[in-house]
Amino acid sequence: MTLPATQCLLRLHQEQPSLEDYQDGVSRWCKGCGDNAILAAVQRLCRDEALRPEKTVFVSGIGCSSRLPHYMKTYGFHGIHGRAFPVAEGIKMARPDLHVFVSTGDGDCCSIGAAHWIHAIRYNMNMTVMLHDNHIYGLTKNQVSPTSPIGLKSSTTPRGSELEALNPLSVTLGVQNVSFVAQAVDWVPEVMYDIMSAAFRHRGFSFVRIIQRCPEFLPEMFEPWLHDPQKTLLLTHQDGLQLSAGVTQTYKNQQQHDPSNIDRAREIASLEDPIPVGILYRNPEVPCYEDLRHPARMRTPDFIRAGFEMELDKVTVWPDEDLQTQGAGRATG
Amino acid sequence: MNEVLAPVTGVGRKASQPAPAKEAVTLTEHIVEVISDSGEGAQRCGQSLGAIAARMGNGIWTTEIIPAEIQPPARSVAGASGIRIRMGSRRVTNGGDETDLVVAFNEQVLLGRVQAGELKHGATILLESMWREHRDPKIVASYAEVLKALHDDGYRVIEAPLEQECRKLVSDPHRGKNMFVLGMLCNIYSLELKLGREQVERIFGKKDEIVIRTNQQLLEAGWQWAEENLDFKYRIPAKRSAEPQIVVNGNTAIALGILASGMEICAMYPITPATSASHYLSDVFERVGGIVHQAEDEIAACAFAVGASYAGKCAVTITSGPGFSLKQEVIGLAVMAEIPLVVVNVQRGGPSTGQPTKMEQGDMLAACFGSHGDAPKVVIAASSIEDCFYSIITARKLAETFNMVVVVLSDASLATAQQPFPRPSFSEDWLAPPVDQSPVPEGAKPYDWDPVTGLTRRFVPGQPGGMHTLTGLAHDRLSHVAYDPASNEEGLRYRSLKLAALQRTLKTPPVFGEPEGDMLVVGWGSTKGAIEEAVERLSAEGLKVSSLHLQFIQPMPSGVKEIMGRFKGVMTVESNWSDRLEDEIIDESNRRYAALAMILRARTLVDVDCWSEARGEPIKPRAICDAVRERLKLGGGQR
Repeated sequence: MTLPATQCLLRLHQEQPSLEDYQDGVSRWCKGCGDNAILAAVQRLCRDEALRPEKTVFVSGIGCSSRLPHYMKTYGFHGIHGRAFPVAEGIKMARPDLHVFVSTGDGDCCSIGAAHWIHAIRYNMNMTVMLHDNHIYGLTKNQVSPTSPIGLKSSTTPRGSELEALNPLSVTLGVQNVSFVAQAVDWVPEVMYDIMSAAFRHRGFSFVRIIQRCPEFLPEMFEPWLHDPQKTLLLTHQDGLQLSAGVTQTYKNQQQHDPSNIDRAREIASLEDPIPVGILYRNPEVPCYEDLRHPARMRTPDFIRAGFEMELDKVTVWPDEDLQTQGAGRATG
Repeated sequence: MNEVLAPVTGVGRKASQPAPAKEAVTLTEHIVEVISDSGEGAQRCGQSLGAIAARMGNGIWTTEIIPAEIQPPARSVAGASGIRIRMGSRRVTNGGDETDLVVAFNEQVLLGRVQAGELKHGATILLESMWREHRDPKIVASYAEVLKALHDDGYRVIEAPLEQECRKLVSDPHRGKNMFVLGMLCNIYSLELKLGREQVERIFGKKDEIVIRTNQQLLEAGWQWAEENLDFKYRIPAKRSAEPQIVVNGNTAIALGILASGMEICAMYPITPATSASHYLSDVFERVGGIVHQAEDEIAACAFAVGASYAGKCAVTITSGPGFSLKQEVIGLAVMAEIPLVVVNVQRGGPSTGQPTKMEQGDMLAACFGSHGDAPKVVIAASSIEDCFYSIITARKLAETFNMVVVVLSDASLATAQQPFPRPSFSEDWLAPPVDQSPVPEGAKPYDWDPVTGLTRRFVPGQPGGMHTLTGLAHDRLSHVAYDPASNEEGLRYRSLKLAALQRTLKTPPVFGEPEGDMLVVGWGSTKGAIEEAVERLSAEGLKVSSLHLQFIQPMPSGVKEIMGRFKGVMTVESNWSDRLEDEIIDESNRRYAALAMILRARTLVDVDCWSEARGEPIKPRAICDAVRERLKLGGGQR
């Protein structure tokens, strides 16, 4: 039985995936870990976008954050510490047809993988990045991270850390070719979902920093924010987030912010209290590296052969050259 | 070459009088060097000479002499930059021993080569004479002093007014001198001037007509000057091969191999001496739909290649020693997750920055045993320029067949050496198959290891039903993270078995020379030509010496131990450090052997001796002959 193309299309649209199509196993994160909220949001996103599981790859590095691919029923790549970005870039370059997501943590992205992070922003390859930022190393048990607040006591800073925290939003907004920067918090999951959805729909390197709680090592850190909705600043705009009545009722501290305004985005990025939540910056015009690099022509064996023979012609000594013909341009069989 | 010299006037003969008509002296081979300050074009001159001789049908091998700095101080002994060209009637497989004729652009760089012992006694030297009348009296004095010393040491020095002659044609002779010298050398070696003109066209093909014409005039002027002023001329009879040949260096051969292997993505980070392969590739790859990605660092380059390979397109990363160290963790990931990957290591002197422009075979053990934990990978060593090309095609195939990391070892001497080899005839079999996007049968597992070979089919993103999360952690057949002892050992067993499965398909390498005798010399990589030439010379002396050259280092083909058993002694010849037994505190119990000797001893339980040097330059056949003779005299290498 053959179907007309339009009918196939219709059928595709009729396919209504469910959450179960993306859920694999039970997560092994601690109870109350913010990673669970991120997982739930991304599974919902996959379902709502009806992503084909075989065409979707979740790439991660090492750390609590990086276990996320194991709980997705898509392809996953749980690699090595700090190197999720270059792996994801290689995947995207080889296969622009795949949906690529990256799960990384504050240690993975902002410390051991910091060089790759900077350059990933610059490459602006089309992928959705979730920076699970809990301000602490969890998997290796309670060491200070680059985003830990100054003075934090940890296993490696028993008398309190000496350095100011690195601000992932400011850093990202400072790199050439930045095209999408947003911030979410795990205690407002509905808005986190909206932000991730916008990130996915942006064509380019969509960077979402998600402030998440670590109940094991920093159980108190965000208590003041949980108790006082005024300490969360929601960024809204007709080109940004539109909030539901429910959210608006609870989080009254709101601000209009045009995501095309990078200067204002940089100001907002440096706010620590209240914590800004929303889309700080979006520029759909920044070119993607994979588009710049991919050759226009299809790669066929004949195409490769022709290019190869042409190169050989330049360096060939022909037996019957008779010191007269030049090798270049000579046809070969 | 013992022809009679014309009378010498003064210290160096001033070549200004027209020379009498001359007969070309026939030689079987000659070694020529062109030595200059950096940036004077000596290498281009020498490469062109090699290319012309190759087109005549001569065997050639060119070796570049590269100072570590881009712009070392001018006129310094350490700054000698240039090229050696060995031309012969027969096929030439290595750079040979000392130089017969050298063209030097100043006396200081020449002195560098003389002090290094690179010139044959009595060698002919054509020396730029402009320094004789330089306005700096110190330079004039230095020039005169060196000239006298060289003459006293028995060299045949001929002063040549290179810049003065060039100035007749161009305003800045500094830049055109190399083509003038090329013309001289074409005359001296009776090479077709027409080929020289065409070579100039090839070099400057992208520039305008005036540039080409000017350089051709310089070439012709050089030829004419030599014709009129030199009283000698050589001819190295050439025989054109019946098959078309290509003339490229090792790095270009690697790049051509990448092109022909069907690989689509090369991720790299600049490092000497590997980078020129990527330069060439960057120029030509995209024309056939390939991509050279210059990553932010070596680790990223390797991870990028791993990502591309994982997604179905086997990729390559090219580096040299220090970069190879940096990639090791990612290589470990590729081993654990069984992702195909080709890693090219153009070895240089090390550790650390070592001698970035010089050769050493220093990374074999790092290639075999590097990375963390048990990380079995395939290690192939290219032994000639031709081998550089085919090794890459083999490597891609092996990587994809066995889902393994394949390391191809080259080195700085192969990287820049040129040697003709039969033009490869393209085969579609070389290319990678299209990315498999077929649905995965129900119940199939991502790591369904074959109990005998350890091989497993790989699921590539896009294949419906193949979804799994690949992990660098120990895992079971479902790619689930596994902490239990049985799963860990199961994975280790099958990843290791794949090497044995490959080994079963390998042929025992052929012995060069007699199948039995007093000494077997075992080598690997770029030393092949020099070792085999040494074996020929020693055999001609009546010594019972043969050699064996290993292309596959890991896994090592079977039969090597049996071959060793037919010789009284076995020694490796390698370009890396091994402890010298003459050092007071070195004995059998603490001696660190050269890399291959270490592996052979472990694998065969044969008391394999070694002789190695790490001078940063290709090993000369003469040095190998001396070492073997000495070992035989001492009764060495005996078990």
